[in-house]
Amino acid sequence: MRIRRLLVANRGEIAARVVRTCSRLGIESVLAASDADLDSLPARLADRVVRLGPAPAAQSYLDPAAVVRAARSVGADAVHPGYGFLSENPALARACADAGIVFVGPTVESLQAVGDKLTARSHAVAAGLPVVPGGEAGDLASARAVAAEVGYPLLVKAVGGGGGRGMKLVRSAGELPRTLDLAVSEAAAAFGDPRVYLERYVASGRHVEVQVLGDGTRAVALGDRDCSVQRRYQKLFEEAPAPLLPAGVHAEMAAAALALATHLRYRGLGTVELLYDRERRTSYFLEMNARIQVEHPVTEMVTGLDLVAEQLAVAEGLPLRIRQEDVVVTGHAVECRVNAEDWAHDFRPSPGRIDRVVLPVGDGIRVDTHVQGGSVVPPHYDSLLAKLVVHGRDRADALARARAALDLLRIDGVTTTVPVHRALLDDPEFAAGGVDTAFFERFLRTRHPDLVEVS
Amino acid sequence: MDLTPDDVRDVLRVLDSSGLDELHLELADLTLTVRREGATGWTAEQQVLRRPVVESGAAVAAEPERPRAAVPEGMVAVHPPLVGTFYRAPQPGAPPFVEVGDGVGEDTVVGIVETMKMMTPVHAGVRGTVVEVRAGNGELTGTDAVLLVVDPARDATGPVEGSR
Repeated sequence: MRIRRLLVANRGEIAARVVRTCSRLGIESVLAASDADLDSLPARLADRVVRLGPAPAAQSYLDPAAVVRAARSVGADAVHPGYGFLSENPALARACADAGIVFVGPTVESLQAVGDKLTARSHAVAAGLPVVPGGEAGDLASARAVAAEVGYPLLVKAVGGGGGRGMKLVRSAGELPRTLDLAVSEAAAAFGDPRVYLERYVASGRHVEVQVLGDGTRAVALGDRDCSVQRRYQKLFEEAPAPLLPAGVHAEMAAAALALATHLRYRGLGTVELLYDRERRTSYFLEMNARIQVEHPVTEMVTGLDLVAEQLAVAEGLPLRIRQEDVVVTGHAVECRVNAEDWAHDFRPSPGRIDRVVLPVGDGIRVDTHVQGGSVVPPHYDSLLAKLVVHGRDRADALARARAALDLLRIDGVTTTVPVHRALLDDPEFAAGGVDTAFFERFLRTRHPDLVEVS
Repeated sequence: MDLTPDDVRDVLRVLDSSGLDELHLELADLTLTVRREGATGWTAEQQVLRRPVVESGAAVAAEPERPRAAVPEGMVAVHPPLVGTFYRAPQPGAPPFVEVGDGVGEDTVVGIVETMKMMTPVHAGVRGTVVEVRAGNGELTGTDAVLLVVDPARDATGPVEGSR
């Protein structure tokens, strides 16, 4: 079915991003906005705006019934959920299907298959992917059996957790009973799901991921990304392709991602997240994200594709327009996430009114943002203001150009993380490439101890 | 509609060959200023003027402006450290951090403020006894909102609970 009117059920920079592709493709865009966002930049860019609900996300962006109501009221034939909020929620996909509206995302079955960590892990195993050694721990006896195989140290992970929540380190066999008990009761309280599983603890790992696109029959891998620069499991900087991997690893990771997408008969845009063990020089499946990702522009820069356009095409039921042999990765792209946070005060959030926005422009430079002079950044949602995306001939060129572009970028009125990116781009270890996920916190502690608040 | 990044790059190419350092465009729906920065850099400052076309029936509920509420003479108001959603308890269903009549110290945590998905503890900032809880659980509070009122004259006797 041809999409003529698309409801964008999200906010912030991704809403503006989806609206932009709609206007390029001649699709009418209707933004579903909460009361806090009715006069936002995405609302001004969209063809029309429909009220979704009150400012708190639970009553607007997180309410599947409100989204379907909004879509019906404007006669939208499809809903784009963006990322976060309801993007991976089977309830919205199902409600859209029941209402005869296209959900721009995978099937309910795929969302369920990858939404639960243990189910996702078993699908990955079935598809032949390497997973971090480990397994489910229903009770102490089975936990001891799994631990005997993977060895110590190991991690106890809540099935319902994620984003660093619900994870505990066990250093030795003596700690296992107590930590397991604690993990189960905390998981039940925090996630409403007491299930936990054990995994080998990878001392130095990198977060790498493969972009995939499927039409339900066929899938293509669109290169990889490295997102290892993180603070408390929140990504700050991403790049494509993942730098300094041994020969063959890019191809291995792409093959693994394709095997999973094919096994799931995946339709839509998705990301297969992998943990690259720097010591063992091998990668393991972590999870699959069944949506467009914040960092998708680095892939767009190096492949020349518009991933939202491809996502809409497969949602319309069209077969893939890209053959694997057509996917060529050119140069290197990096993305700096500019957040409304005060990094000198423990990354404290800084909502408020934006006075002025000046952005770098030029070949190979792209800024995805949802703010301009006069915009209000509400306290209800995340702190992402803008993504500076820079494409270079190679990694060194991309980093140098990003450094120059950062100096030209001004977002006045709130405190932003621009200074942290300047310091990061000046750091020799980071410039060398291939840092692990522990790098950034170490960088803050050792190179910039003055900027880490004692807490 | 706004100008696409491709449009802006087209403007840049024209400017680059013209030797001009700055161009200011005013269209019905937007203004754009492109400036040369140093030898090779360019910046753009764009303002989309178009008003959102909001479907009828959509009432814009403006956040009510709350005047800085007064507290009785001698009492101390506890304000949130930053704008956000105030929570009285560490998690849903858990008992509140403090109730009326509880003793507090400067460092006693009396609530949590959620701002941009990040949690910040609210400290009493004063030693005394809670005499009033004004902000409701889940209420959006500005930095001048009164969360609770503490009577510093009624110092809690003995060790203050929750001091950390």
